[in-house]
Amino acid sequence: MKPIQSVNDFVIKFANVNGTGSASANNLFAKALFRMGLPVSPKNIFPSNIQGLPTWYEVRVSEKGYLGRRGGVDIMLSVNPQSMAQDIQELESGGYFIYDSTKPLDLRLIRNDVSIIGLPLTRICNEQYKDPRQRQLFKNVIYVGALAALLNMDFKVLTECVSDQFKGKEKLILPNIHALELGYQYAKESFDCPIGISVRTADKVGDKILLDGNTALGLGAIYGGATVVAWYPITPSTSVVDAFEKYAKRMRIDPGTGRHNYAIVQAEDELSAIGMVLGASWNGARAFTATSGPGVSLMSEFLGLAYFAEIPTVLYNVQRAGPSTGMPTRTQQSDVLSCAYASHGDTKQVLLFPSTPKECFDFGAQSFDLAERLQTPIILMTDLDLGMNDNMSSPLAWDDTTRYDRGKVLSAEDLDGLEKYGRYLDVDGDAICYRTYPGTHPEKGAFFTRGTSRDEYAVYTEKGEEYEKNMHRLMAKWETIKEYVPRPEIVSCGKDIDTAVLYYGTSEESSREALAYLAEDGIDLDAMRVRSFPFNKEVEDFIDQHERVFVIEQNRDAQLRTLLMAEFELGPDKLKSVLCFDGTPISARNIRKQILLHMPGHNVTPLHPEKVASGAGE
Amino acid sequence: MSYKLPAFRHPDLPVNDLGYTRADYEGSISTLCAGCGHDSINGAIVRACHELSLEPHKIAKLSGIGCSSKAPTYFLGKSHGFNSVHGRMPSVATGAAMANRDLMYLGVSGDGDTASIGMGQFAHVVRRNLNMVYIVMNNGCYGLTKGQDSATADEGSASKKGDPNLFGAIDLPGLALQLGATFVARSFSGDKDQLVPLIKAAMSHRGFALIDVISPCVTFNNNPGSTKSYEFVREHAEATGTMDFVPMRDEITTRYQAGSMHEVTLHDGSVLHLHKMSDTHDPFDRGSAIHAVEQSRAKGEILTGLVYMNKDSTELHEVLQTSQRPLNALDESDLCPGSKMLDNINASLR
Repeated sequence: MKPIQSVNDFVIKFANVNGTGSASANNLFAKALFRMGLPVSPKNIFPSNIQGLPTWYEVRVSEKGYLGRRGGVDIMLSVNPQSMAQDIQELESGGYFIYDSTKPLDLRLIRNDVSIIGLPLTRICNEQYKDPRQRQLFKNVIYVGALAALLNMDFKVLTECVSDQFKGKEKLILPNIHALELGYQYAKESFDCPIGISVRTADKVGDKILLDGNTALGLGAIYGGATVVAWYPITPSTSVVDAFEKYAKRMRIDPGTGRHNYAIVQAEDELSAIGMVLGASWNGARAFTATSGPGVSLMSEFLGLAYFAEIPTVLYNVQRAGPSTGMPTRTQQSDVLSCAYASHGDTKQVLLFPSTPKECFDFGAQSFDLAERLQTPIILMTDLDLGMNDNMSSPLAWDDTTRYDRGKVLSAEDLDGLEKYGRYLDVDGDAICYRTYPGTHPEKGAFFTRGTSRDEYAVYTEKGEEYEKNMHRLMAKWETIKEYVPRPEIVSCGKDIDTAVLYYGTSEESSREALAYLAEDGIDLDAMRVRSFPFNKEVEDFIDQHERVFVIEQNRDAQLRTLLMAEFELGPDKLKSVLCFDGTPISARNIRKQILLHMPGHNVTPLHPEKVASGAGE
Repeated sequence: MSYKLPAFRHPDLPVNDLGYTRADYEGSISTLCAGCGHDSINGAIVRACHELSLEPHKIAKLSGIGCSSKAPTYFLGKSHGFNSVHGRMPSVATGAAMANRDLMYLGVSGDGDTASIGMGQFAHVVRRNLNMVYIVMNNGCYGLTKGQDSATADEGSASKKGDPNLFGAIDLPGLALQLGATFVARSFSGDKDQLVPLIKAAMSHRGFALIDVISPCVTFNNNPGSTKSYEFVREHAEATGTMDFVPMRDEITTRYQAGSMHEVTLHDGSVLHLHKMSDTHDPFDRGSAIHAVEQSRAKGEILTGLVYMNKDSTELHEVLQTSQRPLNALDESDLCPGSKMLDNINASLR
């Protein structure tokens, strides 16, 4: 057995019990590496439970800057006996298994192709602390201290992180640093440090920040001018509204009056949440809701009304594995179809696919401009992986000259100059009509909002011709929308190649890494990241330019591929699926493996065996 | 096909303080069945708004789905309206009210829309004390789908189809009281003298105001055996009292007999004169109101009039401490914290 040797490039996984305070210690570990100038991507893999079930925290460290899941685990830090048997199996050959050695390791678990490192965490805690809660909490901090020694981390950076973490609770700083030292000392004295895997300070993060997508979305809504928020708690979207509220309390309270320049209503259910968004938007406020798949199902009727009545609506969908009693704490991109065609009747909804916290912020804010300009629902499709994990991201930026695009809205003066107002009259030829807010003008501009049983002047009618005319206009508007929504990002491999990959959202990082692996295998591919639906012209052209396109996504039914086939009327041969739907983020190795299966001359036997994990690691 | 009313009006129609005649508060021609109770309620709304000299464009009309929810087309043609989703008008009204606190929100719903599919939203809009008037045009049946019993149909009551209803009725005023409603009234579409001042009082109330109006369905539920027919309601209605409503602008000239009159000044300075019929029911005491509703039910009577009012209620905007300026009037300078603040946030994330 050859232990893995690596500097600044590894995957470590922490196996914990949820509700034991491990999250903050694990965050501390990741943050310290980030501050040492190393790109990190921590991912929580947690149960739908408050206390007592297994939970994992995986940290990818990659000096090259790969932020997706690689697949496989090099170091397993196991402090949960419940999952120990599974955890040790997950290790790469040559990996390191670190466990609480207060109790001897079950001999049946031992693998002779991994290094086993015992830290008597419980014993150290029992000797040091009397209070059972302290024994539990500091156990986590002690193993972080031990890792600092084992991996050769900068201990000073670690202690600075502790000081920052407990700003405002200063009396907690010293005890935490003490616990770090306990672990550090034990490891230093007991093992030959560092082990084969180590870190050293680098300069690979630049001005990047570490932020979860949901917080970025909440901030985007603040900057985008949202004033009315209606929501119903649902994992994994809840923290979007939490973040909005946190920053609104800081930045949206009028200093003179103490009054709030926002209203947050926790609704009785998702139907009500989206209804409030429609009501507020109809009445001229910027409003949004955040939800996940089951919530979208409940909102579906209102989404149809918003589509037909052309009411700006902003919905942030933080996707998770379905259904309601599914895996609410696991990630997927499995609401693409249900959102793209959400509701009854002929409906098509605008989707945005951010892939980084920066893009969550940008798209989050832009959603309001789009919704008001296009007068239709904008569904922002993020997911649990992006939403609830800290992601390394470019810093958030705002141009202070930005003016909100409130779309086509008539003022009282506009109405004065108008002979006859038609709410659904296409005056400008772009199929987007003029709105009026209630209360604008004493005599003009009022109309009765309803779905479709009306003419261009919003006068009641059930005439088929009027219905058809309106539906044709909505299709014309769909064409207009393509000009407004974010364009794809195309990464050409620089060669004349007829094969490409297409991905969106959180599949980006793993896809990028997989493409690098494939290039090493001698397979060069063009790539495109789709950022919105309807698909713009560039998407169509890119697909046209290639014989075969792999569509990488995190669902079973190849939902984006289905959408591409339906919208572009493509046959099934052109688009090939690369899928992952086990609830964990798709990994680079998995993508590479699935693409290789289709490649002539490349059978399943790996060309570079050292890069291919055992099955569990993918 | 046009449903617009002819523009011709009698030249001497009385005008209100704003110079508007009652015609200025009307809507399109009703397409409801001739004799429908809902049209009487529409008329009462028109009269109340005209007499209160409300600016029509400062009222937003909201409804769900059903015959009742079509009704907002037939009054206040100069107001914006929103025919939303079955049972979901309260959420749309909540969002709208959050966006602009300066308008008046008039919700119109039916018994199916409120007591069945919309029960959840109804309960929660009451609980939040949204500043709105919520009128239920209650006919005990589903008109648009041809006369099925609704959840407010009394047990044993038979609609035109003839089968007695098997289940007990949901009593909306009783329910609203339990949920903490701050203005609860019941009336009858055939009693404009009672309904008009009730609507005026509800419009002046700050907070959620429910008026449950029994409004017979002439087509499906106005037959002998129905407890929501004109005849039955006329025979069984028992008023809590009579009332007059004096808007804040008007001088009080009418003299009332001392002792029988209860005078209440509302938050906007309007005055409610209430002539109580019963010694036991105090409409300003919630416990007494709950008791009165229960008593009348036990006696098989339909209690009408003002059932309960808490004139000092705290409405949702006050609970949430929202800006006095309507949220929809705020712009970038009020809402966007700017790049410097974002730089600070970035710095804290490194």
